[in-house]
Amino acid sequence: MDYGVGNLLSVRRALEQCGATVAVTADHEALLAAPRVILPGVGAFANAMAELRRQGLDTVAREIAARGVPLLGICLGMQMLLDESEEFGATEGLGLIPGRVVPVPALSAQGHPQKVPHIGWNGLVFPEGKKSKATTLLGPLKPGAAVYFVHSFMAEPADPAHRIADCLYGGIPISAVIGRGSVFGCQFHPEKSGAVGLTMLRAFLECSEIPVLA
Amino acid sequence: MRKIRLIARLDIKGPNLIKGIHLEGLRVIGSPNVHALRYYQQGADELIYMDCVASLYGRNSLGEIVKSAAQDVFVPMTVGGGIRSVDDAMYLLRCGADKVAVNTAAVANPQLISDIARRFGSQCMVLSIEAKHIGPDRWEVYTDNGREKTGRDVISWVKQAVALGAGEVLLTSVDREGTRKGFDVRMIRAVTQEVGVPVIASGGMGKPGDVLDAVLEGGADAVAMADILHYGRATIGDIRSAASTGGIEVRAYEPA
Repeated sequence: MDYGVGNLLSVRRALEQCGATVAVTADHEALLAAPRVILPGVGAFANAMAELRRQGLDTVAREIAARGVPLLGICLGMQMLLDESEEFGATEGLGLIPGRVVPVPALSAQGHPQKVPHIGWNGLVFPEGKKSKATTLLGPLKPGAAVYFVHSFMAEPADPAHRIADCLYGGIPISAVIGRGSVFGCQFHPEKSGAVGLTMLRAFLECSEIPVLA
Repeated sequence: MRKIRLIARLDIKGPNLIKGIHLEGLRVIGSPNVHALRYYQQGADELIYMDCVASLYGRNSLGEIVKSAAQDVFVPMTVGGGIRSVDDAMYLLRCGADKVAVNTAAVANPQLISDIARRFGSQCMVLSIEAKHIGPDRWEVYTDNGREKTGRDVISWVKQAVALGAGEVLLTSVDREGTRKGFDVRMIRAVTQEVGVPVIASGGMGKPGDVLDAVLEGGADAVAMADILHYGRATIGDIRSAASTGGIEVRAYEPA
């Protein structure tokens, strides 16, 4: 889904590397006909949402989700899946996964100042008792697999069941992968996360029998 | 402890990957992208491209090299050499760069640091410093690939640049660059003590164990290496093992 924000070259190439045929488009018909849809995103939440709405792509994204077609939001694209973001005042999101987008904490779990944005490679941790992992795009990945993050805000799903994987930043869990039915989001950049990122994208392309929103 | 990044640095002249000593006496190593792909496959955490003749546009330009690298390399790329404006930065980001590194133009016009940081975010704006040792615990900033003196003190410059919005510092010791004598640890330490942003140590890596000095004594957040990789004296994997054995946390790397 190309809504005119940011450079999609790397995401396109990473998907092609995984065997996908990629169309970078804002065309509603093409998006609704695609078997998989990526919602990318860099920059500020409010601008990106305004641009989606201006082009009617918010409605298209909701329709894609309602039809059970796998949708993956990357970075800001993941944050837009939630109800609302606190970035520069409250801004409404797509509401596909209940919850909010809040700042990355500036203090670690021990109360020490930590750097924001959170930038760099960090390992994935899977919440205790996550039994549905095999049905998600993380099936092939091992705990500790490192992926590349660059962000100042983070998604906080209201329902812990929608948290598929976290990473720890200063001992504080940050949502790394979220999912509800066929709607997924990853805070990190799979297209910049080497072999691990490509493995996740491949799993997204190959996933099947995903339940509709639950 | 934070994960230390192992970065392959590719110095570019025209269409070629080159390597010099003290950034001079450049020798052609080969195709930039053959090497880039090799380092990516060895598990480099990032790549840095530095164009030493600042050929930003035109045929076989830096932009074209980066575009081509972005076809096969799926880790972050920092690109520098000849960036004079926000538009130059935009051009390289569109070619597939994730961050831009600026030295000469930032010294001439420090406002450029703020302009790039404001437009693309601080995480995108890497301050590149080429430094020479000029006295006890004193280092001077050089520009134009280590050729021009500026009279600026490294420590005061790095503080000013970070205040203006530089999100990361690529600190190259011209004295050590290409010599294999190890990093200028005192300089790295002097800089990491003064700024909160990540510092990439560059210049002088002779053997895998040198990473330990730059990180444990110098406080570097990342290490850039060129000569040691280009001449096949060690692989990223060797360096990752040496770092890990020496007690430095690095990315758990699993080949595809």
